[in-house]
This record gives sequence, C-alpha cells and structure tokens, in this order.
Amino acid sequence: MKEFKYTEKKDTRSGFGAGLLELGRTNENVVALCADLTGSLKMDAFEKEFPERFFQVGIAEANMMGLAAGMTIGGKIPFTGTFANFSTGRVYDQIRQSIAYSGKNVKICASHAGLTLGEDGATHQILEDVGMMKMLPHMTVINPCDFNQTKAATIAIAEHEGPVYLRFGRPAVPNFTPADQKFEIGKAVMLNEGTDVTILATGHLVWKAIEAGHKLAEKGINAEIINIHTIKPLDDEAILASVGKTKCVVTAEEHQLNGGLGDSVAQLLGRNLPTPLEMIGVNDSFGESGTPDQLMEKYGLSTDNIVAAAERVISRK
Amino acid sequence: MVKLLPQINNLTIHNSAIKELTINNLTILNNVNPHNKSIEELKEIAAQVRRDIVRMVHAVNSGHPGGSLGCTDYFVSLYFRVMNYKPSPFNMDGEGEDLFFLSNGHISPVWYSVLARAGFFEVKELATFRKINSRLQGHPATEEGLEGIRVASGSLGQGLSVAVGAAQTKKLNKDNNLVYVLMGDGELGEGQVWEAAMYAAHNKVDNLIATVDRNYQQIDGGTEEVLSLGDLRAKFEAFGWHVLEADGNNFELLLPALEDAKRATGNGKPVMILMDTEMGFGVDFMMGSHKWHGVAPNDEQLEIALQQLAVQQASDY
Repeated sequence: MKEFKYTEKKDTRSGFGAGLLELGRTNENVVALCADLTGSLKMDAFEKEFPERFFQVGIAEANMMGLAAGMTIGGKIPFTGTFANFSTGRVYDQIRQSIAYSGKNVKICASHAGLTLGEDGATHQILEDVGMMKMLPHMTVINPCDFNQTKAATIAIAEHEGPVYLRFGRPAVPNFTPADQKFEIGKAVMLNEGTDVTILATGHLVWKAIEAGHKLAEKGINAEIINIHTIKPLDDEAILASVGKTKCVVTAEEHQLNGGLGDSVAQLLGRNLPTPLEMIGVNDSFGESGTPDQLMEKYGLSTDNIVAAAERVISRK
Repeated sequence: MVKLLPQINNLTIHNSAIKELTINNLTILNNVNPHNKSIEELKEIAAQVRRDIVRMVHAVNSGHPGGSLGCTDYFVSLYFRVMNYKPSPFNMDGEGEDLFFLSNGHISPVWYSVLARAGFFEVKELATFRKINSRLQGHPATEEGLEGIRVASGSLGQGLSVAVGAAQTKKLNKDNNLVYVLMGDGELGEGQVWEAAMYAAHNKVDNLIATVDRNYQQIDGGTEEVLSLGDLRAKFEAFGWHVLEADGNNFELLLPALEDAKRATGNGKPVMILMDTEMGFGVDFMMGSHKWHGVAPNDEQLEIALQQLAVQQASDY
C-alpha cells in the first residue's frame, strides 16, 4: 500500500476560497455571489480584493440563483456560495429552470455538506444534494477530497462551459493531494493500484479509504483505491477497468446511499459488468448534532466500516 | 387605402436594418430599434399578433391566450418601437442591446409571435407551437436555441432575479443598454420576486425596467380574492423602486409611459411599471375574466375572434 503524506489538515472550504481568489486574479469574468455566509465560505479574500465583482445577496438564496443565471448573459462566470443545503434543496427549482435547463454557466459552490458539518444538526447536514444535482440534465457534480484538490477543482470549473455543482465541507482533513496536480473534470484519480478489491471514494471519505487500505494491507488484502472526485460525469472507463480486474467494489461517500456515488456506480455496473458491490453511506436517515467524528462513526462512515465492507464484498466474489 | 402589413420576416428588411446600424454606429454599443414603427403601424402589427395568438392556441387546443392578448400591445411596443436590439444574428450575450426577459412564461404565444414578426425566426415556425420536436415549447426555453430567448421561464417568480443579474452584468461591462422584464401580477405571490425587488433597490440597479401585468386575474380567480396584492405602488415604493403606472392596451398612453420609464433609469433606482391590461384584450368574449387564462378557443370561437381581429391585410402564417 502506497504511503500518502501530508503536512497539515485543512478544510476543503478554504481550498475553495483560495481557488476563487486565484481565479479573481486570473479571470476577469469571474464574479462571486454569497448569501450572508462570506466568512464560512472563505470568500472574504475575494470580496476584499475584488469588491466590484463580489455580490452580497443577503439571506435570499432563490434570488441568488436567478441573479447568477442572469449574470452569465454578457459573459460573466458567477460562483455562488452558501451551505450545501441552501445551495440545492432550498433552490432546486431555480437551479433546474434558470440554470440547468437554461444551460447557464453558473458554478454552484456548496460548503458544509454532509454529516461533518457537525453540531448544527440535521437541518443543515444535507445528505441528498449530490442526488438532486446529478439528476439534473447538463449538471456536472464534483466532490473533491482535500484542500489542494478543492482549490484545483475551483480553478478548473471556471474553464468548463456549463453549470457545475462543487461540493465541499467544513472540517479540517489531511491535505495530501499534490498542490500541482491538475484537476481534470470527470477523470478519476488512481491512488493505489491493487488486485483484491476496488474502493471508490469521494470527498471526505477518500482519506478514510486510504486509511482502510492500510488496514486491509495488514490483513494481506491488496486494495485498489480510486478517488472519484467527479460523480457526474462518472469516469466509467476507469471504474470498469478496475472492477474488471478486482471483481468486487466498495463505494464510500458522505451522502445518502440513495442518489449518491454508490448509486451511480451500481447503475454503471448493473448495466455493464454486474459485480458484488458494498456501499458506505448514510442509509435513508437524517443526521443529528454531534462532533464530526462521532457522527461518521454512528452513521457507519468510518475507516473500519470501509474495511469491513471490503472484506464482506471479497467474500461475495 | 389598403396598407400592407410589413413582411417583417423578409430578409431584405433584416439586412437593411443591420446595414443602417453598421453605417450609423461604429460600435455595437448603440443598437437602435430595427423597426421603429408609427402608432398606426403598431396597431396593425398588434392585430396580426393577436391573430397569431388565437390561431396558435387553437391549433393545439392548449396554451394561454388571455394574458397573451392582454400584453400584446406591450410586446409590440417594445419590439417594434422602444427597445434597441438586433434580431439577427441572435446574440445570447446581448452586448450593446436592450434585453427582454419574460418571467410569466405561460404567455409565450405573444412573445413567439412578436419575436417571429420582429425577425428573430421565421413566422411559419409559429405553426409548430407546443408540438413535438418544436423549438416553441409550451413555456419559453433555450434548449433548442430559439432566437430571442435567453432563459427558460414558466415556473414563476424567477425572471426578475435573472433580469437584475443581467442588468448588473451590463453595468460591469459598461454597456449602457437597458434590461426589461415582464411579470404577471398573480406571480407576485412568489417570495423570490420580493427578494429580487429588495436586492435591486439596495444595489441601485437602475438600468432595469420591470413591468407587472396588472390584469387582476389569476387561475383561481381575481388576484384580490386569491391573495390580495393591495397597493402595489406603495409596496414597490417602500421597497425603494421608482414606480410608474401605464395603460397597457392603449398605444397613445403606453408609448409615452415607456418613454417616461426610460427617462427614469440611471437615477439610482430600479424602475417599475404597473401596467393595467385587460386579459383577453381584443376578443370580446375573452375579456374581463380569468376563464381564458389557459383555455383555447374552439373552431367557432376562433372564427369569431379572427373576425374581431381584422387587419387591413392579414399575413397569417
């Protein structure tokens, strides 16, 4: 099992903030909108340096999505920022009609996704956002794993013409992606080549998948670990190639099992390569208050859960 | 004397309009109205547009004639006299042009007819309205690239936000042209409209002329019975808008009101026209009731309507 080194833990939302600031300096068409969460989204540096291109919308997310759609007319590339819950469920119809169906070049940037938002509880811990967004035609859905990858993804989506949902989070997680790694939308990142089981992870679960890989290696299991940062379009080729080799697969994500990465992988394999599959995610339940670690443990999203799922799926081969 | 209704779909007229622009304006930032019709001509065009509307909805036994007929004079005024734009080739970004957004997308028949007769696409395409494989969807859409449409609408309450966003992009781009948006009065029940109203005033979006089609009707009955709108002038003034009132079914009064609205732009406030119209205007049995909001005439009713909508020389598609 390959070693992955990191010097510090950082939050993915700060990766977004850093990427947005860099975009401000390199692409004059990039504008940013925020619904009263500038500090939480780490958009304050952009606001300070480019006040004329920053739009404080107030607590009015529906309006923010419409504004962003309108701002594209004339060539701007709007990045909207608020929590994942208010970026999706609250404004689904606005995104559907004014952005996705209208094919607008809006980047919906969503922080505090999933259980790791922590103590605020289930009202804010959206676990359905990836499903809602991936169901929309034209929408690209990205869930990077660490600070560096989130920064690179933020920069990459500005070059992509069309609506994008970029999902990231609040907690500090190991920052192991090389800072110079180019982000390619829809291209899975092979982290560890293996032969016994494929682990497909996204977002905060990628590091846990790496931890699981080490634990599996101690048991003599050689796991292939792939970072699926883009859930739509899914890297079918990479997944089918890996699963064709290992003959079994575990998916891992901080999202409902319904509608998430595992759901997309199940569809892909069901149609092309029926294979034993285990899915790590939240099983049709809302979250609750607690620390991120406590919640990931309680809802079955821990490193040990991935290890157990891998052993289970291998036994089903 | 028989006056010919202008064959606006004729390419010669397009080309001469474009040529005129090229000769008189070296930059694209100063488009003019390509038609600039007299009031007498506007009346003829309006009658032809109303013929199109009743024929379109009759042909598919569906669609929304009431609001379309009520707003015909407004659309004809904008596209044949007031707005500065270039119908062909259509430019999504609309730089150097006034932009128009229709928020109450269900009155698509009037918009489609006016767009066709103003030269955005061929008049004969009106025959495809609401049919399979048509670009003229029941509600306006951009999906198949219908010229003149810049965002999908139909799910209500979203158009003002989009228009405000587009107006802000115009300011960023130093484009001095205006943005127009039409909403229904029943549509004001949507909270997003008031989010956008608050935002536009706060941000001094004064290159925007919004219009409310004040016909006092919505699907379930009168607006004041369903959800009373009350004193809209006082409401929008309290929100920080410059408010004008207009008679939407009388060119002699509507055109000066639209000119007043133009003069009111650039003064730090968004401009609102509360436009009184009569639903179904021009067809006596469709007037004064919400009954014809979304109902098509039968064969006999169509004949009566067409008799009432006589033009000196009809150019029905």
